[in-house]
Amino acid sequence: MANALLIDYEYCTGCHACEVSCKKEKNLARGQWGIKILTDGPRELPDDKWEFNNIPMPTSLCDLCAERLESGKDPSCVHNCPANCMQFGTVEEMSKEVAKKGNRVIFVPVV
Amino acid sequence: MAKALMIDYEYCTGCHTCEVACRKSLGLDSGQFGIHILKDGPRQIEGTKKWELNYLPVPTSLCDLCAERSEKGMDASCAHHCPTHCLVVGNVEDLAIEVGKKANRALFVPLA
Amino acid sequence: MAEKDYFAEHRGQFQWEDGDYTVTRTTVWSGPGCHDGCGVLYYTKDGKLEKVEGDPDCAYNQGTLCMRCLEMPEVVNNPRRPSKPLKRAGERGEDKWDEITWDEAYDIIEAKVREIWRDYAPESIACMIGTGRANCWQIPYMCYSAFGSPNFCLGFLSGESCFQPRSAAMASMSGDFFIADCSQQFESRYDEENTEWRCPELIINWGCNAVESNSDNFYGGWIVDCMQRGSKMITVDPSLTWLASRSEIWLRLRPGTDGALAMAMLNVMIKEDIYDHDFVEKWCYGFDELAERVKEWTPARAAEICWVDEADIVAAARMYAGAKNAAMQWGLPIDQAVMGIPTAQALNALWALTGNIDNPGGNIVIRNAFDQNVSYNYGYNNLPAEVQAKRIGAEYPLMSKAGFSSTAHSDSILQAIETGKPYPIRMLWLTSTNPIANMASDAPRVYRALKTLDFVVVNDLFLTPTAVAFADLFLPAAMSPERDMQRVWWVPLRGMKKVCQYGECKSDDTIVTEIGKRLHPENFPWNNDQEWTDNILRTETPGYDGGYHELVERDIWVYPGFQYYKHEKGLLRADGQPGFSTPSGRIELWNTVFSLWGYDPLPDWAEPSNSPYSSPELYEKYPFVLTTGARHIEFFHSEHRQPELTSRELYPDPCFEMSPKSAADLDIKEGDWCWLENHRGRCRQKLRINPTLDDRVVRADHGWWFPEKDAAEPSLYGVFDSNINNLLPQCENGVTGYGAPYKNQLCKVYKCTEENSKEMPSICVSTKDGYSKAMDESNGDVKVGAIYNG
Repeated sequence: MANALLIDYEYCTGCHACEVSCKKEKNLARGQWGIKILTDGPRELPDDKWEFNNIPMPTSLCDLCAERLESGKDPSCVHNCPANCMQFGTVEEMSKEVAKKGNRVIFVPVV
Repeated sequence: MAKALMIDYEYCTGCHTCEVACRKSLGLDSGQFGIHILKDGPRQIEGTKKWELNYLPVPTSLCDLCAERSEKGMDASCAHHCPTHCLVVGNVEDLAIEVGKKANRALFVPLA
Repeated sequence: MAEKDYFAEHRGQFQWEDGDYTVTRTTVWSGPGCHDGCGVLYYTKDGKLEKVEGDPDCAYNQGTLCMRCLEMPEVVNNPRRPSKPLKRAGERGEDKWDEITWDEAYDIIEAKVREIWRDYAPESIACMIGTGRANCWQIPYMCYSAFGSPNFCLGFLSGESCFQPRSAAMASMSGDFFIADCSQQFESRYDEENTEWRCPELIINWGCNAVESNSDNFYGGWIVDCMQRGSKMITVDPSLTWLASRSEIWLRLRPGTDGALAMAMLNVMIKEDIYDHDFVEKWCYGFDELAERVKEWTPARAAEICWVDEADIVAAARMYAGAKNAAMQWGLPIDQAVMGIPTAQALNALWALTGNIDNPGGNIVIRNAFDQNVSYNYGYNNLPAEVQAKRIGAEYPLMSKAGFSSTAHSDSILQAIETGKPYPIRMLWLTSTNPIANMASDAPRVYRALKTLDFVVVNDLFLTPTAVAFADLFLPAAMSPERDMQRVWWVPLRGMKKVCQYGECKSDDTIVTEIGKRLHPENFPWNNDQEWTDNILRTETPGYDGGYHELVERDIWVYPGFQYYKHEKGLLRADGQPGFSTPSGRIELWNTVFSLWGYDPLPDWAEPSNSPYSSPELYEKYPFVLTTGARHIEFFHSEHRQPELTSRELYPDPCFEMSPKSAADLDIKEGDWCWLENHRGRCRQKLRINPTLDDRVVRADHGWWFPEKDAAEPSLYGVFDSNINNLLPQCENGVTGYGAPYKNQLCKVYKCTEENSKEMPSICVSTKDGYSKAMDESNGDVKVGAIYNG
């Protein structure tokens, strides 16, 4: 059963905490990322609202913090997110969570 | 039962088809998107010869998972037209099983 | 509960009603479009095309489409389209026109042609088209059968360097054409149960970014379909394309060194004895000679030439040789080098040495569906032999005596226009080609030459820079959804149904028929497009039993049978014997046809004339290796530049690429407009930093013009301002006449400032007769420093 990373991108502020905590956890060099924030917008919408979403996307360097998991911890990104907008669990568990509200995504970076 | 959009981003080539198909289907103006391709990379992975390059189509607040097309018995326009078949729209329950079968997949729930 | 399935409900239907729409099932072909022929559903309302959807029942694209078909209604309904024939009112370049009737236009054309027949000769008329589109037999047919001239070719595409070098190599070495096997010849795609197809273990993308280019009737998505079924990849490209990012090995070669890399891979396979002995012994001719030739092409030597790691070259050769089956998808960089043909020979040899010849998942022998071979040669035999012999370029044996191509040699036609030798060109007909924006290298030189012509007809979808600069008559062309026709390009046989009409636009077929009936009615026994389609299907398509209605309205696409290992079964040769359609009956690694005509029978490679090694004094002034014309999905060559189109929104400006370090060294930043310049000319494009490039390599866009700018001279829609062809030469070809160095040049780069942008290329070219005028007698190229020769 694979694990998944859930992001509620309604609440991701693009603060880089996940990116930096990941780099530190995995000791990545400058210019390298285990999770990378992609941004859509800001783009003005027809109804005077704005589209502006940040979506942290795990990269090929992400192993869902296997080492941390073994010691009973969450992945570093999930642990440190100031907006509490990330969750971690099995695909089954996260699939239930992701359906509970709009603007959520789950990633399966590794199986 | 919520519907979801599953993306196998190992195979998204960033070709804009989903963006344009969606825009045409929803009748959106130039500059508007119901799905928008974001990009990570290209970035050489340190110490290797490999490069990180991923495109990720992201549904926007204008996406309704093609409710009208669905009623007619058609697929969502993005999924229908994607040249690499990397987009699938379906029930969360069904796609939840699919998304776990392979790495580099994402499952979006744009609306509850 | 049975779920509704819209497409299942309409399966087998050619046309149906959907609310206010009529939906028509058919296929597409440029213009506008591309090389492919995707299955589409056209949604029309009151005769107007409103939307386009991919047809899931069409095995070619399986319901999918790229953005250009999806935006088709924007192009078809674009008010910039001329809707009536236009006669030039002022001087050429003033963009002054009078609308006239078709009859008036035809009267003028007919009178001119008869005048040329009377006072000169039919061969003084030349006809040209763009690449791979829905006029590639119609315009040749008009040239030969209406005008009586043998001079047909592509729009000043130097060295006929669009697939023809590759096809001449394939035809002479192996007697047939080969394509990468992604099951596209079977209607039941990727079906390992009911067909003999097997997924390629390895796909080699050699100078071809199929997911963007979709070239040569090959849908890029098929590569990804095979990836999803397990294919691994090797990619040969100066830049990290998306395909390269997912390849096991990416060979980042120096532009123009493909032949050296291929020779080294042959060297490794032979030296390590990992080639397919069985295939070579049974089916190849000249192996020993090839082995001798590639002995000196060690991977170490190629590594230095190609700027690629030696270990990667060896690994790639081993991976290719070791794969159970491997398909190579190749592209234009092979043609667009002076060494085009020898490079193609080397690549053909790789397929043969690995035994990937007509095997499942390899490079398969493909012929046109139902034996329809109507193409550039259509109607050529309406010309008497003595007229055929006058074709400009006939002195190149491969092009004439060996019969590999019926096209004239466009560089030689340019020289005929310039010098009057072997005879003057009096009239030029251009359909769906925009040479000074796209195909014509040394665009300023071609501009000067075309200005001297007596009479020019331009027949196109929009008024282009070419039309404004030269046309005495402009004929507005129908677009893809406005045409009734059929198409064969390999497989399948496809129908195309007209679903809408724009103004008074006429299809290429109609124009050719109407002119033909005035000049040589005996060659035009049909009265309209449907009848011509019917004629081709019934008289030129022996394997298909049907005409226009059966194909276009009933079948829509038809797949012939396909067999693998045709050479074993006696299915290739005219005498029915096993083997290939070559003099020896084998794949000629040592090419007897070439030997017969005095060309090197073996593959080889030499430096491009403008390179760091062959022209060090030029390299010192122009320190980047320049490659041009990488494809973008938003455009097909110079199509789709209209500013209101989605294509322009997603790709607004011409871009060139260099590495981050090289940009930093020049103090230029992402988005800066910069001049790209060499001794021939310059143009400006916007910098996009590409972290994957070698620091010494620059990539530039092609095909740019700006419909939003002034049409009239000196602007000509800004066609020279961002035209990389200002930096490229004409008349530098391989010894066979094929091949030209579009993709392997030198340049320097510097940031645009107000001061150095005072004289824009458009001003320089159209008012000052500028660029590339001082010729170097020794090599026919321009003298260094000839730029700005006002």
